[in-house]
Amino acid sequence: MMPNVMEKALPKNKEERKISTVLQAKDLTISYNKTVAVNNISISLPERKITAIIGPSGCGKSTLLRSFNRMNDFVPGANLKGQVMYRGTDLYGRDVDPVEVRRKIGMVFQKPNPFPKSIFENVSWGPLINGFRKDIHERVEQSLRRAALWDEVKDRLNNSALTLSGGQQQRLCMARALAMEPEVILMDEPCSALDPVSTAHIEDLMFELKQNHTIIIVTHNMQQASRVSKFTAFFDAGNLIEFGETQNIFTLPQHKRTEDYVTGRFG
Amino acid sequence: MISQNLTHRHRVAILFHGFCFMVSWTGVVILGILLFHVTGEGLHWLDLQFLNDFPSRFPEKAGIKSALFGTVWLISLTALISIPLGVGAAIYLEEYAPKNAFTRFIDLNISNLAGVPSIVYGMLGLVIFVRWFNFDRSVLAGSMTMSLLILPIIIIASRESLRGVPNTIRQAAFALGATRWQTIYSHVLPASLPGILTGFILALSRSIGETAPLIMIGALTYVAFVPEGPMDEFAALPIQIFNWASRPQQEFHELAAAGILVLLIVLLLMNSVAVFIRHRLEKKNQ
Repeated sequence: MMPNVMEKALPKNKEERKISTVLQAKDLTISYNKTVAVNNISISLPERKITAIIGPSGCGKSTLLRSFNRMNDFVPGANLKGQVMYRGTDLYGRDVDPVEVRRKIGMVFQKPNPFPKSIFENVSWGPLINGFRKDIHERVEQSLRRAALWDEVKDRLNNSALTLSGGQQQRLCMARALAMEPEVILMDEPCSALDPVSTAHIEDLMFELKQNHTIIIVTHNMQQASRVSKFTAFFDAGNLIEFGETQNIFTLPQHKRTEDYVTGRFG
Repeated sequence: MISQNLTHRHRVAILFHGFCFMVSWTGVVILGILLFHVTGEGLHWLDLQFLNDFPSRFPEKAGIKSALFGTVWLISLTALISIPLGVGAAIYLEEYAPKNAFTRFIDLNISNLAGVPSIVYGMLGLVIFVRWFNFDRSVLAGSMTMSLLILPIIIIASRESLRGVPNTIRQAAFALGATRWQTIYSHVLPASLPGILTGFILALSRSIGETAPLIMIGALTYVAFVPEGPMDEFAALPIQIFNWASRPQQEFHELAAAGILVLLIVLLLMNSVAVFIRHRLEKKNQ
């Protein structure tokens, strides 16, 4: 079992809120059968910030993201070397239960994937299966409010989630993840299936959420990375080319490859 | 040039449409003729006395009570045995088992088993359940034999249905810290239940009409009692129908037709329950 880190994760006063590391990959190599997807990278992801991971298709950014909540465990042939540290615990350590990891590190997927159930059940299911029974209605309302969806759905909580629009469905998926009160939220191209208005909605939401959560977002959209993130990591062919403040990555890239990518010369 | 080509394409489309129409109506028409014939022969025998009496060598006293009860017993027990086994096996193969050469080998064998003649299952049931297990000619032995016969159908239909559940649903559940069982129970099974129910309908419809394996394991053709427990001897509708139909007298042929009507009604009732449940589920899941 993992140590109880949630108390540590929420400092009591503002002075304590200097940048600290939540997730850290150390000499991490991930391969599928014989193909290397992430090649010996090390990166430290800061607490309560939005970090964007950018790079051309197939560069390993989604693979890296999914290693943070052990979703690669379901990919046959996936193999991981190195360490992924979450507040001092190796997520791939022998006595770590991946189910426990995913309770604390939530995920929003590329395409909205609500359960074919009611809006209410979509949000309540996570807390319920994890033993949270008290005030479930309150938890659902609070999660939907934080995902900026409450006002749109409060009169039809029992309708099927599939009656919502794509953008609403994606916000429902965020509410569903938030209902678990995760410390970290992983987002795998959350806006790639959405129109510009819905995308703006999600981005506004991310600004709200970074008050209390660490967000790691994989995105193909460089404008989005520069708009929302504090830090950006640029990946190419499984290698971490550059990692730093977003502003610097986009205006003063240190590597030619980064510059070519962020200026749209390839990718 | 282009317009000529288009005319040709339209013609092909109309031809294919017509072909599909004919094929589907051939089935309906044949079934209609059969039903018309059977109803014409058997309907005037179909009354309460027919349902309430045991078989007799006098056609006017003969009834179908023992066969009807036998079939209800047989199908209920078969459902109880084969549904948990079949769905369980399907869940294991689809959700838990690794995809390797061994599971592919099992796959292939299950598909092959679906095509094995029912008489072979009858012989297997005779040797294993009737003799080895010493169940004798009981409803239980019959149901277990029937279960073997329809398991491949249930497994194949359930697996197809489970495979139809998008992986994104499973991932969404796992990402919330659900275990595999919680994911299957709450999301995968409900989403695939309509398809699984279709498999039940196909499988149980097949087993209700099967005669050969029952003859093989020794179900009786003249029974003057109804089974009161799983270890009792039994008769079944298709066997009773077969028995009547093979007699020389015209009256018994008409009784066979009436028996067919009873069999069809039982089948229809059974399937409409399944269809009703499936419809409710589909509405709920949209």
